[in-house]
Amino acid sequence: MIQTLGKPHAFSPSEPMQPYWAKIIEIVHEAPSVSTFWLEFLDAHLKEGFHFKAGQFNMLLVPGLGEAAISISSDIEDGHRIGHTIRSIGNVTSTINRMNVGDTLGVRGPFGSWWPLDDFVGRDIVIAAGGIGLPPIRPVIYYVMHHRHDFGKVIVLYGARTQNDLQFTSEYKTWQDAGIELQVTVDRGDDSWDGRVGVVPILFYNTRLDPRNTVILTCGPEIMIRFVIFEALARRVPPERIFVSLERNMKCGLGSCGHCQVGPFFVCKDGPVFSFDKLQAYVNVEEF
Amino acid sequence: MVEIQLFVGSTVALPKTGLEKLLANLLQIGYRVLGPQIQDGAIIYKPLKSIADLPRGYVSEQDAAYYRLVYSGHRRYFDVTPGPQSWKQFFFPAFSELASFRRDEHGSWQVDEAETDLTPLALFGVFPCDLAAIQVQDRIFLREEWKDPIYWSRRQSAFILAVDCLHPCGTGFCASMGTGPKANPGFDIRLTELEDVFLVEVGSEAGRMVMEGISILPTSAFWLQAAQKGLEDAIIRMGRSLPDQQELPNLLLNNLDAHQWDDVAQRCMSCASCTQVCPTCFCWDARDSIHLNGQTARRERVWDSCFNPDYSYIVGGNSRPNTRSRYRQWLTHKFASWYTQFGTSGCVGCGRCITWCPARIDVTVELRAIREEVQP
Repeated sequence: MIQTLGKPHAFSPSEPMQPYWAKIIEIVHEAPSVSTFWLEFLDAHLKEGFHFKAGQFNMLLVPGLGEAAISISSDIEDGHRIGHTIRSIGNVTSTINRMNVGDTLGVRGPFGSWWPLDDFVGRDIVIAAGGIGLPPIRPVIYYVMHHRHDFGKVIVLYGARTQNDLQFTSEYKTWQDAGIELQVTVDRGDDSWDGRVGVVPILFYNTRLDPRNTVILTCGPEIMIRFVIFEALARRVPPERIFVSLERNMKCGLGSCGHCQVGPFFVCKDGPVFSFDKLQAYVNVEEF
Repeated sequence: MVEIQLFVGSTVALPKTGLEKLLANLLQIGYRVLGPQIQDGAIIYKPLKSIADLPRGYVSEQDAAYYRLVYSGHRRYFDVTPGPQSWKQFFFPAFSELASFRRDEHGSWQVDEAETDLTPLALFGVFPCDLAAIQVQDRIFLREEWKDPIYWSRRQSAFILAVDCLHPCGTGFCASMGTGPKANPGFDIRLTELEDVFLVEVGSEAGRMVMEGISILPTSAFWLQAAQKGLEDAIIRMGRSLPDQQELPNLLLNNLDAHQWDDVAQRCMSCASCTQVCPTCFCWDARDSIHLNGQTARRERVWDSCFNPDYSYIVGGNSRPNTRSRYRQWLTHKFASWYTQFGTSGCVGCGRCITWCPARIDVTVELRAIREEVQP
């Protein structure tokens, strides 16, 4: 959903493809080929007032190369600058990863649906994320830390390929100090790794959850999402309390270019965050 | 001749000789008039200078993977049903510039303001299926939350002269889709072409103004009956039909694993021809390029298709890696998902996808086959 009212956004209803320029003010290396790019809008009005919801994304433009849909990984209450955690993988993301502080990018957004935090009040939250699937959920973790008493148990299940690929490691202690339980696993551990080895869904086997009061948030490789959903359903968490953030090819963010469709949904506009009850008729159909 | 006062909603008769004057009025008002003309053996749309350029006397023979223009010597201007082109190209061009950028003296990118040609367009001879298609695309490009500026700049000032389809094509099924053979509202002027006159319905204030100074006659019961009869005959003579299309959303979305998808995948070449000729297909891609000097860059919007391999590509794989999944996406989008997205079918029954499919795949046949497979 595009927010057309209220606070300023990098989006013009009459020129929806027009980018707004933002400067890279800080680059934080997170893992091999993954960095967080902190952006500040050149436009003073946008810089002061840009406002997004946890789980939304921006279209980041490198002129001459194109746009990439990148979720916002920073705190919704941290104004004036927005963080995008980007894995260098395609033309656009690789180019952004070669950029320096002071370089500018085009930004349009925020686009898409969000994690419905207000509906989570009073609930236990289980976050299951894999690899670059954690950044879209990080705003939720910040929100939970700021409003810890609004929520019950909060558990983060996170996995990456190797221990070097784990993102945001410097923040884990803060999360835990704020009363968030963190379980980490890697696909392959080396001699220095004394943690768990295996895929994210197996972390459910160490997790006690109350199906009557738990919400599940998941984002990561589609195969991981699929098995996280299996585990959640097996624990009798109802589909409407399982929330998924999907990735699809996107060119516009408006529900116009058509690329991101899944059944009747435009992932860019109706998603990326869906409750699983809306998706279940489609996501398990092969290649749909 | 009696002076006839015209109002929006009036129907009058226009002698055939008045058509040239109608065109002249449009040109004089300042419209860029586009009309159907024969080129390379097909009907295409391009600037119309004289009604002598209209394909008068021709008919089109259409069937699956078959299209021929034939001169039959009749005296009607608008008997030739559409060819591969639709009016879509004028509001949603196959290529258009989204933005161009230039580095300023500090090396920062700036948006170059583009100049747009705001000459209003008059579409001279829009068949009912294509009028419906324009209205379908209106729902896609003109939203409550945003308006596509390329589409809107051309669409908002466009004049639509619709023509009823009294000699429908062999592949069309507009009657099943509720879009023809009579043009639904949304036109500025609607013509029904009879042997000696046109019936003219004025659909808007712009339509009324364009009729100013043209000699018209009151309608007669004979002509109105002839028009009515012509439209009834057209429904019967239409080449295809698609019964119970309202049931298709459930039929298709509940049968995403039907064997028919495998069957059609053996025949479909994933060439995207159907999506290129479709007057409602709206998918597009953004193409970026940069000048060799690194100082200017362009974003261009081009028609895309769900049949193109890149269409569903994301890092880690393609969510629709084969023809079966792509054809299924196309058909379920047109006849099912479109309702949820835009409150209407994505198909107007124009039959272009049938005529222009090189593999002779016929959507009406495929849909029937799926129905027969799952509801034997």
